[in-house]
Amino acid sequence: MAKVEFTPNLARQTLAEPCTAAGATVAEVLASVFAQQPGLKSYIIDDQGAVRQHVVLFLDGSAIVDRRHLSDATRPDSEIFVMQALSGG
Amino acid sequence: MSSSIFLGTRKGLIEVQKGPTGWAIARVSFPGVPVPMLLRDARSSLLHAAVEHGHFGNKFHTSADGGGTWEERACPTYPPKPDDVPDTICQMSQQPIPWALKKIWALAPGGADQPGVLWCGTIPGGLFKSSDDGQSWQLVESLWSEPRRAKWFGGGADWPGIHSICVDPRDSDHITIGISCGGVWQTFDGGATWANDAVGLQADFMPPDQIDDPDIQDPHLIVSCPAAPDHLWMQHHNGIFKSSDGGTQWQRLHSKEPSDFGFAVAVHPQDPETAWFVPAAYDDMRIPVDAALCVMRTRDGGQTFEACRKGLPQEHAYHLVYRHCLDVTADGRTLVFGSTTGSVWISEDAGDSWERLSAELPPIYAVRFGGG
Repeated sequence: MAKVEFTPNLARQTLAEPCTAAGATVAEVLASVFAQQPGLKSYIIDDQGAVRQHVVLFLDGSAIVDRRHLSDATRPDSEIFVMQALSGG
Repeated sequence: MSSSIFLGTRKGLIEVQKGPTGWAIARVSFPGVPVPMLLRDARSSLLHAAVEHGHFGNKFHTSADGGGTWEERACPTYPPKPDDVPDTICQMSQQPIPWALKKIWALAPGGADQPGVLWCGTIPGGLFKSSDDGQSWQLVESLWSEPRRAKWFGGGADWPGIHSICVDPRDSDHITIGISCGGVWQTFDGGATWANDAVGLQADFMPPDQIDDPDIQDPHLIVSCPAAPDHLWMQHHNGIFKSSDGGTQWQRLHSKEPSDFGFAVAVHPQDPETAWFVPAAYDDMRIPVDAALCVMRTRDGGQTFEACRKGLPQEHAYHLVYRHCLDVTADGRTLVFGSTTGSVWISEDAGDSWERLSAELPPIYAVRFGGG
């Protein structure tokens, strides 16, 4: 199960509880997270399913590569951090 | 007579109330977060606010107690773009117009006979409808798939946007919308079909042979008179226009003193010949003419205009008033407007004189009188 955590700035706006979720890619892990916390999805993902322009997802210490389809592969012990970009404020 | 005002600002939703000692700021919701648009729906008494997080996108919140507590509801969302639908390329930027919500730019209630219906205009040009007070939204596909949408382009924004929605109080299926830059579109069947037959508008920013093309006009705001809905006023990028036939024929009015450029317009709810504007020097300046702020008023359908200056700063005033930042009460007596530099003025004598509520506020995006 991958571990998923969120910037406090997101938790300030909506329910964003740290959690664990299963999945072989970032997209699958987040789909599991959104099933647990449905109100969270629109804060991270845009209308067409991509990562919002001013949100950054870190997977095991590196920003994910595929921001459009979130196909970056995860491991069972992966850590995903949902952060806000420095841009967009 | 309204005793509350809501201000959508760069840094939150600010509520102003009138008490025994006058108007004063009473409450702030969503501190620090832009609120580009709001709607107080007299039918339901619900207060709706568009909330635009810089990082986390646009959200839609509703309050059932006048702004005391808020509930996040659904936000208009563009459907997944089908693979077999080609991109619509913006003619000015030669970039595909995105299928994603950039800004909630207009909110309007449906007719009195359509409880729960809300209309939402957006950048990049999609119109949305809710039938359940914002619990869910549907893109109006008929307008989004209109081939002439390819002619639309952004004005001040990167993409085209719907900023004006006028629902005919006599017929809730007759709706007029204003698009920058896409002109004046109307439906007479509740949004199933749309047409833009406007005549008389003039886009001086286009080459001479395209000046009168209805699909590239830049209305900054369109308002209709509730008591006489065939009378519409428009602050256009290139001047002030009026229609007396429901928005087909438009007459350009000659109101050059001090300027016919601006964004905001309000019409007297009972008198279609009375309207107010907040003029600015032309579009390469966007400050008050001679840095002296005024509200321009006509009471004769635009034959003559007068500049109302009493109580407004006449030296080194660099306020710009955005299109949704001027409002008038149902009796046409009380007006309020807010500026990009965070000042709000209120008039209780139909614009003759003004009193400043504050000069310390964030840039103001939307101003609306509340109820009661």
